[in-house]
Amino acid sequence: MADAAGMTFFEKLGFRKASGVAEAGWARTGLAAVVSILYFLPVLIIIITSFKLQTDALAVPPKLIPWVDFAPTFENFTSVFSRAFTSGGAVESTGFDRYFFNSIFIAGTSVLLALVIGTLAAYGFSRYPLKGNDTYLFIILTTRMLPAVVVIIPVMLMLRVVGLSGSYLGIILLYTAFNLPFTIWMMKSFFDELSPDVEDAARIDGSSDARVFLKIALPQVLAGLAATFVFGLILTWNEFLFALLLSSVDTRTVPVAMSQAVAGGGIGVLWGLLAAIETLFLIPVFLVTFFLQNQLLRGVTFGTVKR
Amino acid sequence: MEFRVRPEPRLIHNSQSIETMTTTALPPPPSDSEAPRFLAPAAGNWKLACVLGALLAAMAIAILPVSASFWVTAIVAVLVAGAFVVNAYRRHYYGGLLVAPAIAMLFVMNIFPLLWSLGLSFFAYQSNRQTIKFVGLQNYINILTNEIKAPENWTNLQTTAVFVVLTVACQMIAGFLLAMLFAKTFPLRRYLLILVLTPMMLSVVAVGVFFTYYYDPTFGLVSQVVNRICGCQYVLMSNRAGAIAGIVFADAWMWSPFVMLLVLAGLVSVPKYLYEAASIDRVSSWRRFWNITFPYIRGLLMLALLFRTIEAFKLADLVILLTKGGNGTMTISYHVLRIAQEQNKTSEGAALSYILLFVVIVLTNLYLYVANRRSREA
Repeated sequence: MADAAGMTFFEKLGFRKASGVAEAGWARTGLAAVVSILYFLPVLIIIITSFKLQTDALAVPPKLIPWVDFAPTFENFTSVFSRAFTSGGAVESTGFDRYFFNSIFIAGTSVLLALVIGTLAAYGFSRYPLKGNDTYLFIILTTRMLPAVVVIIPVMLMLRVVGLSGSYLGIILLYTAFNLPFTIWMMKSFFDELSPDVEDAARIDGSSDARVFLKIALPQVLAGLAATFVFGLILTWNEFLFALLLSSVDTRTVPVAMSQAVAGGGIGVLWGLLAAIETLFLIPVFLVTFFLQNQLLRGVTFGTVKR
Repeated sequence: MEFRVRPEPRLIHNSQSIETMTTTALPPPPSDSEAPRFLAPAAGNWKLACVLGALLAAMAIAILPVSASFWVTAIVAVLVAGAFVVNAYRRHYYGGLLVAPAIAMLFVMNIFPLLWSLGLSFFAYQSNRQTIKFVGLQNYINILTNEIKAPENWTNLQTTAVFVVLTVACQMIAGFLLAMLFAKTFPLRRYLLILVLTPMMLSVVAVGVFFTYYYDPTFGLVSQVVNRICGCQYVLMSNRAGAIAGIVFADAWMWSPFVMLLVLAGLVSVPKYLYEAASIDRVSSWRRFWNITFPYIRGLLMLALLFRTIEAFKLADLVILLTKGGNGTMTISYHVLRIAQEQNKTSEGAALSYILLFVVIVLTNLYLYVANRRSREA
């Protein structure tokens, strides 16, 4: 079985299977299938719309089933990247290749940066508790709760003063700070789960503290790193408000570009085009979440469950 | 202790030098683990670094233009931080050392802007003009007592409260039920679970725009289905209740997977042997839920509630996309954005957002107080 082989591969990397789950049969599958498909329906319609021409998208009654109701076309997907803006005009690049690169680069870099800084901090909070450790942790979590509007205006002014307004660095730093609280909380819960005895034994045998962290603690929390990465990616990938206010033409991410594509044209929203953008934009984060699902489920307990 | 005279090595006797070697080379605590004296120019002397750094930064701010002085201050801050790091490393203060980068990052990107906007809220400043004037509490007084602005803010706050209650209730109930559905393993679970998680991964722009597509009175799918059933023209977003219901539905649909994910993580981590013991004791499924399952997910339910309440308080993007604040759906977050961004009244926006922040902090503390008291009782 491909699935089973995949599991053992992940287990070799140090991931553990979700445990403590009771079994249910195909009856539960049926019920869950009905609910899931109802839940997935709006997404499915977006995906179907991405294969429709504008006339099919606006048809009354709706045309829902490909090949039966309408002829599916890939035109929307090609016109995401280059199309003629006026009818009969020259085919121009829309710049969406750049926006896709921006989204991947900004989200990837900031989540990884938050993972590095946050994992170090989490290890510190877990192994070398400071005075008032819990207070620090709580303050860190509350920064995630600030209304964005309170922070965004000074951040804009600050970046403008420094000359980082509209640059990659500015928005990556902001997203890193935005990801840090969750990263610290999730990684701390993973480090707390490890037994400190192994680390103490290594220390007695003469390992340095850095070596204990890199060779003993870190390999045991690979699953946690994966979970934290997915969680951060989901939250950062679609962030809209900060990106709208802070990005320039060069650093624009897909959600911002999408919101501008919605308004363009004067003939209303190009539904097929918008659906195609969203479908393409969904694929990377969907795949990452699918393959790291079990790790994600183990990771988001935030240390509230004592194992 | 204050003044340890270091003997000049060439001038002393052989026997003396051995004596000094034993005292300096093997002190009870190693000498580099002590804090350096204040005026010693050592790399780890953070006290001196702080004072010199503050002086240098003050001079830079006084002499140089704003952008240059910012960079000087930043470099000085990095050097002072370096002194702290060296000091912490020499004294084996690893906790502080590991935590410091994260704290510094959060300070620069969150706490410092927060203090800045607190300062701004006491000035009259518009981002499209150069003038800036200190007005004290005038902005706050305007917001709370002006006969046009105060009722408007109050209405927006009430609308936000309606959204918070409705969306959070829907998300918690739907998320909890979904988590219960997926708590046991069954064939194809992996594949069905990812379908349910997908709405969370969509861009809020696409969700907002496509929900206008679904709600549209002529070609929208919802209205077409309703038209087929009752034969009447159905316009969902035409009145306040309909508009609120539309936004609440979209938001609840998009974010109940988040609640589900958290609750499911709790459900999955309940040890199996507890259920086995319960089934041997023939415990009813109602009691099994309250006595075994619920204690495992209570913390996560509370956390999900907290996260979602705060997010609901910030609700602006869906409102912008679906109704643009029309039909009595103007939320306070969107209102602040409009004041600060479109009308360029930066300090008034800052003052209003501080009032908003105050409300959030009061609510959070109230919530934590209740949560703590509950968990102490249990």
